[in-house]
Amino acid sequence: MSKEKTIQILSRFGPLLGLVLVYGLFALLVATGHLHKSFLSFANLETILRQTTIVGIAALGMTLVIIAGGIDLSVGSIVALSTVVIAAGLDGGVSPILAAVMGVAAGALCGCISGQLITRLRVVPFIVTLGMLLLVRGVAKGLAHEQKIDAPLTWLNELLATLGPDQKWMIMPPGVWMLALLALLMAGLLRYTRLGRHIFAIGSNEQTARLCGVAVERVKVTVYSLSAAFAGVAGLMQFSRLTVGDPTVAVGLELDVIAAVVIGGGSLSGGEGSILGTIVGALIMSVIRAGCSQMGLPNWVQEIVTGMIIVIAVTLDRLRHRMTD
Amino acid sequence: MELVDDFRLEMRGVSKRYGATVALDGVDLSVRAGEVHALVGENGAGKSTLMKVLAGAVRPDAGEVTLEGQRFSPRNPIEGRRAGVAMIYQELSLAPHLSVEDNILLGMETTRAGVLRREVSRRKVAEALDFFQHPELTPSVPVGRLPVSCQQLVEIARAMVIGCKVLVLDEPTSSLAHEDVKRLFGLIEKLKDEGHSIIYISHFIEEVQRLADRLTVLRDGKSVGTHTVGKISASDIVSSMVGHSVDELYPRSLRVSGETLLALDKVAGVVKPESASLELKRGEVLGIAGLVGAGRSEMLRAVFGLDRVRSGEIRIGMHQGAAQPHKRLQQGMGLLSEDRKNEGLALDMSIADNITLSHLEELGPMGLVLPSRQVAASQRWVDKLAVRCRSPKQPVQAMSGGNQQKVAIARMLHHDVDVWLLDEPTRGIDVASKAHIYKCIDELAVGSSEAKPKAILVVSSYLPELLGICDRIAVMCRGRLGEAKPVSEWDEHSLMMAATGEA
Repeated sequence: MSKEKTIQILSRFGPLLGLVLVYGLFALLVATGHLHKSFLSFANLETILRQTTIVGIAALGMTLVIIAGGIDLSVGSIVALSTVVIAAGLDGGVSPILAAVMGVAAGALCGCISGQLITRLRVVPFIVTLGMLLLVRGVAKGLAHEQKIDAPLTWLNELLATLGPDQKWMIMPPGVWMLALLALLMAGLLRYTRLGRHIFAIGSNEQTARLCGVAVERVKVTVYSLSAAFAGVAGLMQFSRLTVGDPTVAVGLELDVIAAVVIGGGSLSGGEGSILGTIVGALIMSVIRAGCSQMGLPNWVQEIVTGMIIVIAVTLDRLRHRMTD
Repeated sequence: MELVDDFRLEMRGVSKRYGATVALDGVDLSVRAGEVHALVGENGAGKSTLMKVLAGAVRPDAGEVTLEGQRFSPRNPIEGRRAGVAMIYQELSLAPHLSVEDNILLGMETTRAGVLRREVSRRKVAEALDFFQHPELTPSVPVGRLPVSCQQLVEIARAMVIGCKVLVLDEPTSSLAHEDVKRLFGLIEKLKDEGHSIIYISHFIEEVQRLADRLTVLRDGKSVGTHTVGKISASDIVSSMVGHSVDELYPRSLRVSGETLLALDKVAGVVKPESASLELKRGEVLGIAGLVGAGRSEMLRAVFGLDRVRSGEIRIGMHQGAAQPHKRLQQGMGLLSEDRKNEGLALDMSIADNITLSHLEELGPMGLVLPSRQVAASQRWVDKLAVRCRSPKQPVQAMSGGNQQKVAIARMLHHDVDVWLLDEPTRGIDVASKAHIYKCIDELAVGSSEAKPKAILVVSSYLPELLGICDRIAVMCRGRLGEAKPVSEWDEHSLMMAATGEA
């Protein structure tokens, strides 16, 4: 019985324990003097959170897709498209809020197209979104005439900026708050709504979902649209940091995003995953990145460590499965 | 000293328990060379566990197995196969993209320095295939293109090439057409004459009587007797399997039929059914008999909207025409899938999720779904149907077939559908769960002060069950549904005749 309990606790908080472990490891390195103690400062924590925001927001949408048994490889391209659309909008004299909405809507449209193709043509999501990865990247480059689009500075550029002395009451930059808010909303959606139950059911067994009257096609289109809309929001954050629309940005971002979901307990065969896990997964990667770079380790070390973490996380997850079965 | 029979395979006192459940409790089974030995028993009686012991997939807790006088305790299926015990399961284990030849030789390719020696292999395969004399079975066809009956032969050929001494066939005819069954039986006779020992597992008593020399009955994990076929009647075999006489299983209260809830007029699906007409009234249980592949499931699926309807009229209450499953559920129709594992249930989701999935309304304020309310709503049905579980939050994965089926039925109770389409409602489940489900069907048809009587359509391949629970029965043969007649006008013989198209 106690063994069962332990497994239960491990499975619910596994990724969280992983985060504590990784952070603790760097704390230990601080204690032994290998890492400057500023690593543990609040300012550094804020930096880590800011660096998590882009991947984190895109990963919220990806969590839905992966729970529903799908995959979305077009996320990175959508981020780029979103930055281009926002910059072009601002450049054309549109108000910042409208430009932001345009960026997100452009993302959602891409997702809607992916969803339609997947459900109508019955082509596997991997292939459809692989196609969209190239297609959307091409559209972004075409829109921007293959160069960066400069945009006038607006408050959009402050979403992820370090807070000024008069903004200290906010504690964290607005972009980080947005991530937190969206994460709460998505966690609620998955746990307490019909759509959420339907997403889990489709990922767990699509045939059963159909038998139970779930409108499988509609739910899938919704999920891909939502995921791409989140990628659009991630694009807004990316733009906020860049201050320009860049069609070549965020190449390969989808892999970081998928990694975050998978480290957080999402299963690529569907039916499993959680928002908390995903956020923790994204944080684990950020902490490793921040820690390694502050220790002065070269980029390739971070990549090796992150790669190992992904494989270890999934292996542990499989082990847990075998123990509960 | 008394004369000891010369048995090729002997299993003595084989026992196996899983936690608190005893799967096998001192089973004895002995098979001679050149004998077809049938193994019969209800689902859950322990047949499959016993065969897993024989195959080496499960290690027994106690007991002894000898093969040709040698102690036989394979540690895994590969050792079992090497020692000469080959299993042909219901679900065939072939690689569909590989050719017949490659499938037969898979894992035992003859090579020299890692390079395949095709000519040696070809000879072996040709010898094996020669034995079958089957026109479609040529070495180079990809297995996926062959019909199921031929795929089964490929598995048998594989067993022969390995040089098996004991061949176990688990329900080999369940997915075969009449012609193919005949051909398979001929082949089994031939194998027997060559001195192979064959263990034949089947639910069909008539098959056993036709084919087997002796039979062993298993019940609740015990072997309750070995008989010579021909010296025991069919009804005695059944009684011995069930452990009591059969009719008390089927309760039948006085039912009053009301208005017509489902009317089909010459409904045709994409391939099957070709033409199905029926009327189903409130308070009535209508059975559909027929052979596997006659188009019965396809009819239910077309009516429920899972498959396309080609032509014909469907009327459910006041609703006319074809519709998608979610519309059908709104109209008050539910379908119990024949494929519990792949379609009926989402196995890694919880009992509560599975029960409430089709009807998540009214489980929280403002259209929200509260997990606590899901669990509470499910608990009611779990109690009513006596589903054995720790809590409704438990995944359905690890539950027994009977309990899983109860969960699938609970979903329709939770949705409160009026028209019940039940596709093989008791396939692969234990007798106790069966009894529970029969009782539930009877209660639904009768109704109560709280619930109006329901209309129930049951597709089943198990004739005693149909005769036991239905008010009327219609038979489907090659995609055509015959007229529904009162159950009193049918018996197993006439149903079988109608199903095979000989009536």
